[in-house]
Amino acid sequence: MTDAEPVIRMEGIEKVYRTGDVLFHALRGVDFSVNHGDFVAVGGPSGSGKSTLMNLVGCLDRPSAGRYLLAGHDVSMLDADARSFARNRLIGFVFQGFNLLARTSALENVELPLAYRGTSSRERRDRAREALALVGLGDKLANTPSQLSGGQQQRVAIARALVTDPKVLLADEPTGNLDSRTSEEVLEILQRLHRERGLTIVLVTHEADVAACASRSVIVRDGRIASDTRVANPRVASPSAMAESSAAGGGA
Amino acid sequence: MWWMALRLALRSLLRNKLRAALTVLGILIGVAAVVAMTALGDGASTSIERQMSALGVNLLWVFPGATSTSGVRGEVGSRPTLSEDDSDAISRELFNVQAVAPVLSVSSQVVYGSRNYATRVTGSTPDYLRVRAWTLSRGQPFTDADQRIAGRACLVGETVRRALFDTADPVGQTIRIGRVPCQIVGLLAPKGQGSFGQDYDDTVVMPISAVRARLKHTPGRDVDQILVSVREQYLMARAQEQVSALLRQRHRIPEAEENDFTVRNLQDLMATLERTRSTLSALLLSIACIALLVGGIGVMNIMLVSVSERTREIGIRMAVGARSNDILAQFLVEAITLSAIGGVAGLALGVGAGAALGKAMEWSVRFSPVAAVVALATSGGIGVVFGFFPARRAAQLDPIQALRHE
Ligand SMILES: Nc1ncnc2c1ncn2[C@@H]1O[C@H](COP(=O)(O)OP(=O)(O)O)[C@@H](O)[C@H]1O
Ligand SMILES: [Mg+2]
Repeated sequence: MTDAEPVIRMEGIEKVYRTGDVLFHALRGVDFSVNHGDFVAVGGPSGSGKSTLMNLVGCLDRPSAGRYLLAGHDVSMLDADARSFARNRLIGFVFQGFNLLARTSALENVELPLAYRGTSSRERRDRAREALALVGLGDKLANTPSQLSGGQQQRVAIARALVTDPKVLLADEPTGNLDSRTSEEVLEILQRLHRERGLTIVLVTHEADVAACASRSVIVRDGRIASDTRVANPRVASPSAMAESSAAGGGA
Repeated sequence: MWWMALRLALRSLLRNKLRAALTVLGILIGVAAVVAMTALGDGASTSIERQMSALGVNLLWVFPGATSTSGVRGEVGSRPTLSEDDSDAISRELFNVQAVAPVLSVSSQVVYGSRNYATRVTGSTPDYLRVRAWTLSRGQPFTDADQRIAGRACLVGETVRRALFDTADPVGQTIRIGRVPCQIVGLLAPKGQGSFGQDYDDTVVMPISAVRARLKHTPGRDVDQILVSVREQYLMARAQEQVSALLRQRHRIPEAEENDFTVRNLQDLMATLERTRSTLSALLLSIACIALLVGGIGVMNIMLVSVSERTREIGIRMAVGARSNDILAQFLVEAITLSAIGGVAGLALGVGAGAALGKAMEWSVRFSPVAAVVALATSGGIGVVFGFFPARRAAQLDPIQALRHE
């Protein structure tokens, strides 16, 4: 696989949910590709199929029709265990609701994906420490989620997503549960990872100023991709500027 | 995978200590019952063997009175129909008989100095020791000469010695039996307890003539029972018939009538005893089975609760790469650990309860390592069987649904 090959390549993806006798077409023929180093924001109204798309991209679910190549591998027809394997090796997830293990330290939460790889405990520890330092939580290793703020919890979740060196980081409304200031913190980290490490990111959001931080913006509407545009000048997320701007009442 | 699962299991159980403790109760009781049962069972065979030797070798036991169930003749031993003459005749006329001992016994107070003790005084002949395969640890048996003159010589058992003399040597001392002074000529070697708690060492043996003349004051030659020791094991049945025939002839019992005596074979007695034991074992076993079943269902129930409480956790684990077998292992190991804890606690309780029961009922108990292994294997197996369904349910969860779970 070369860098020219997209990390994500979806062709004619459909997803049909069945509730009782009722069939619901959540995705109706989606072609979606993401190249290495892309930072894609996926927007669109609620119920348009953004999360459905993310679940498919993240191998949490299987498409009803279509072909999906993830890092060159056809993953459209994989069974549950093979998808687990693919998630563990290729994907990092960040969720709206953080989804950290309760009563478990930040360090252990971040180690979790490596534990299912059979990485030795020493290496696990080292890599988890590193990942937490990367998101600025090098001093909160022993804190459990209840001992962390929402923004900090989401940063732990980002560290957990990063620790496996994934091909792509998927974030479904990562700022949805956060206030604007902590949202900026999280976005700043994502932008930094994108810029400095060339991390490929797909981020779902329905907030325009969050989408503005990405380098590419995709809008989903009624299970189809309605638009797909380059963002000319991505906004640079900055919690401090954010504080100033709200004080000054103007843009940065 | 298994090591990680074990760590997760222990952590999860420690978080819910009370719940875990309540859950394992059933298994604990079940395993305890199994352990106690096997201990009593094992102890039973040992004590039956020991009792066999304590009661005597190849022993026939002759009581006055019929075994009739019609109730016409009354209970065994109800009428004095046996005499020392019968005993002499058996000894004299039956070749298959090795030794014969007539027994006349009386309960009496024995006194030494300021101490006194209530015991059973057995009057018999010097052959009594041979019939019962008893030995002396000190002194000599009383003699035929003592027998002839209703001599005031006696043998005491270990329990009596302890009651009257503590650790001192009783041989040569004179004790009072009732109001009769009597010299101790020998000390019976300790024999321990019987299956039903009889203490064979709680006894005094004297010449039958002395018991008759000085303690019981019974005229004539009546005896309470006659003990017959048969030459060889395989001759038991034949000897039993011969004793019956001889006594019928001596008692002039017409052809059609029942015996006015009963000959018991020790083996029969033991068989009865064994039956009692196995009934008890069966009872314990069924308690154990029910408790284990209930315990297993308890484990299953609590594991189902645990799976549903931790649905989101399962979703998270799956999202980051746990395969269904990882999740299966996690919950299966938790169930196994839970019931194994019950098994270990049950083992401890079973040993304790078995020992206490053995002591209370005065039965001997013996704990075998096999029982411990069986107990642990059983409880572990229960964890596997009853933990499998909840664990599989967890493993088959859909990660998206699980992540959405509140
Ligand atoms: N498991 C499901 N079963 C049935 N319908 C579903 C399921 N998941 C999502 N849907 C439906 O699919 C549509 C798209 O949902 P989703 O992808 O979550 O939208 P959003 O863009 O808000 O994230 C919605 O109408 C939703 O009701
Ligand atoms: Mg959504």
